[in-house]
Amino acid sequence: MRLPRDLRGTLVIAALGSGFMLVAPEVLAFFTIITLSQVIGLAILALSLALVWGFGGILCFGQTAFFGLGAYAYAVAATNIGGSTGAIPIAILVAAAFAAVLGYFIFYGRVSDVYLAIITLTVALILYSLTRRTSGPEYKIGNALLGGFNGTTAPPLNIPGDPQAVLFPEHTFYVAMIALIAAYVFCSWLVRTHFGRVCIAIRENETRAELLAYDIRLYKLGIFMIGAALAGLGGVFFSVGVSRVTPDVFSLSQAAVAIIWVIVGGRGTLIGPVLATFALHYLTASLGTQSILNTNLVLGIVLIIFVLLVPKGVVPTLADLVELRRQRRIARLRERWLRARRPHTGR
Amino acid sequence: MDLVVSLALQILYGMANLALISLGLAIVFGMMRVINLAHGEFLMLGGYTVVVATNNGVNIWIAMLVLAPLVVGVIGVVVERLLIRWLYGRMIDTLLATWGLSLLCIGLVTSLFGASTATTISPPLGVITIGAYTSSGYEMFLIVVTALLLLAGYAALKLTPLGLVARGTMQNAEMSSALGVSTPRIYMITFGLGAAVTGLAGGLLAPITGVLPTIGAVYIAKAFITVISGGMAILTGTASASVLLGGVNGIVAFLTGPTIGEVALLVAAIVLLRLMPRGITGTFFRKGL
Repeated sequence: MRLPRDLRGTLVIAALGSGFMLVAPEVLAFFTIITLSQVIGLAILALSLALVWGFGGILCFGQTAFFGLGAYAYAVAATNIGGSTGAIPIAILVAAAFAAVLGYFIFYGRVSDVYLAIITLTVALILYSLTRRTSGPEYKIGNALLGGFNGTTAPPLNIPGDPQAVLFPEHTFYVAMIALIAAYVFCSWLVRTHFGRVCIAIRENETRAELLAYDIRLYKLGIFMIGAALAGLGGVFFSVGVSRVTPDVFSLSQAAVAIIWVIVGGRGTLIGPVLATFALHYLTASLGTQSILNTNLVLGIVLIIFVLLVPKGVVPTLADLVELRRQRRIARLRERWLRARRPHTGR
Repeated sequence: MDLVVSLALQILYGMANLALISLGLAIVFGMMRVINLAHGEFLMLGGYTVVVATNNGVNIWIAMLVLAPLVVGVIGVVVERLLIRWLYGRMIDTLLATWGLSLLCIGLVTSLFGASTATTISPPLGVITIGAYTSSGYEMFLIVVTALLLLAGYAALKLTPLGLVARGTMQNAEMSSALGVSTPRIYMITFGLGAAVTGLAGGLLAPITGVLPTIGAVYIAKAFITVISGGMAILTGTASASVLLGGVNGIVAFLTGPTIGEVALLVAAIVLLRLMPRGITGTFFRKGL
């Protein structure tokens, strides 16, 4: 059975990801594996933004609001329940519910592009200053102290249903990686469903989609909520990886790097932003160890260069190059074929 | 009675503060439909200009009222020439490029001056006593400056030839360029002016807030919300949104504390945009400037 070309691509990427998951703990240092679990959380955030922005056409500058809410919700729920089993669904639900409320105001008010970008960013920033001010002992949800600037502890993952059986870092890495691959396959599937195609149609031309009787507000709200749920899941793995949640998840620079991953990886692809997350995180981590170049400085330059010179991002630009070469080859072959035929047809 | 006056002044200051930090952003947004995400960093640069100048013996008033707008205005023109003008008509790319600029500025200033607070300067002017309450004289001064800035903006748009051209460009850029107005030049001047007003605001606020490379983040959320809620009209938009949001923020903050006040500001803005997606001036004061 021949699968469609794009579906084959998804499966190949999923297989490569699984390969990486199995090999990584064997070849990489223990510390790197712990760091990787955090980065996987960030990669899920990038994936969610790639879905919402690249396919839904919703320029959400504050995707980190959902990411951070997921992280905080997980930490608070896991501390209160004791164990991660119920906390993960709660984190996802909190992020999605918040997106439902915010999205209702945004999409049913028909707020678009720039306004939407700024509002979502502002929401993240307000959450930042809100969480920073929760430092007193009176700010607690159940047993979990929010801890203001220092944040709150995020308990480790455990085997479902057994709070005593805490996972080792390697196992957390496996779980996070499986979640990332599953999220990737889910997104690839989603954009091929009827729902996904309508979302893409809305991205391409809102008016036309609306004239075809699609309720664009509802579709946008739908993909926005799915994106937020994914971002919440990313927040869970990030907080587990760091084992703390601090207000920095809502900060301006966190929101900026999420946008940079998608810009660099390429809008309209799912794997691009994920790969860009790993690459850029590696870059900023190695920049952090030396003090000559400031990380913000480098990220700013990267963003400006990409916007001005590579606006499509790395993966689509490479894909275009490959496609161009393919077309040229086909044209060459055709030419040769025609030339070979000419003596027979021409008199 | 004293409490009422004191509270009223506090709320008035909150409104003026919003208008002050948003005006530069509103100028650029209203004229060019460009949201400058590096707005907070322009404020920060204004603050640093004042600190560096006063440390080198410049009079604080000259540093705040002359140097800060001048320096940041020049930076604004340079940025417009090097970055923004390539991206006209590509609204989202402009947003992203200015965000890159914002990170670049933070990084640059951190590398030059370090990540911690540069030497603070204490606010000039003393305190004003209202019965049992005191109020900062400098805050009163800021209210006056903001009012003067808005008036000056109104006069410039309404009375000068440049203002006429600017209003024309604002209404219909293509038509005015067909009539011989050089829109690129107008945009360059606008961006420079917006940056200068922002620099002035940053310089004026530096004695109150101190300066940090990342201080821009403190302002921008409020500035964005004010400009977006105000809508396209520069002066009426900024003024009406500042009064409304500043009022909500001030009253709620008085009742419950600053944290909830800020949240109330955001919630008010979101509800407002649900009712008036094009901002206050998209529904009311449509003839406003």
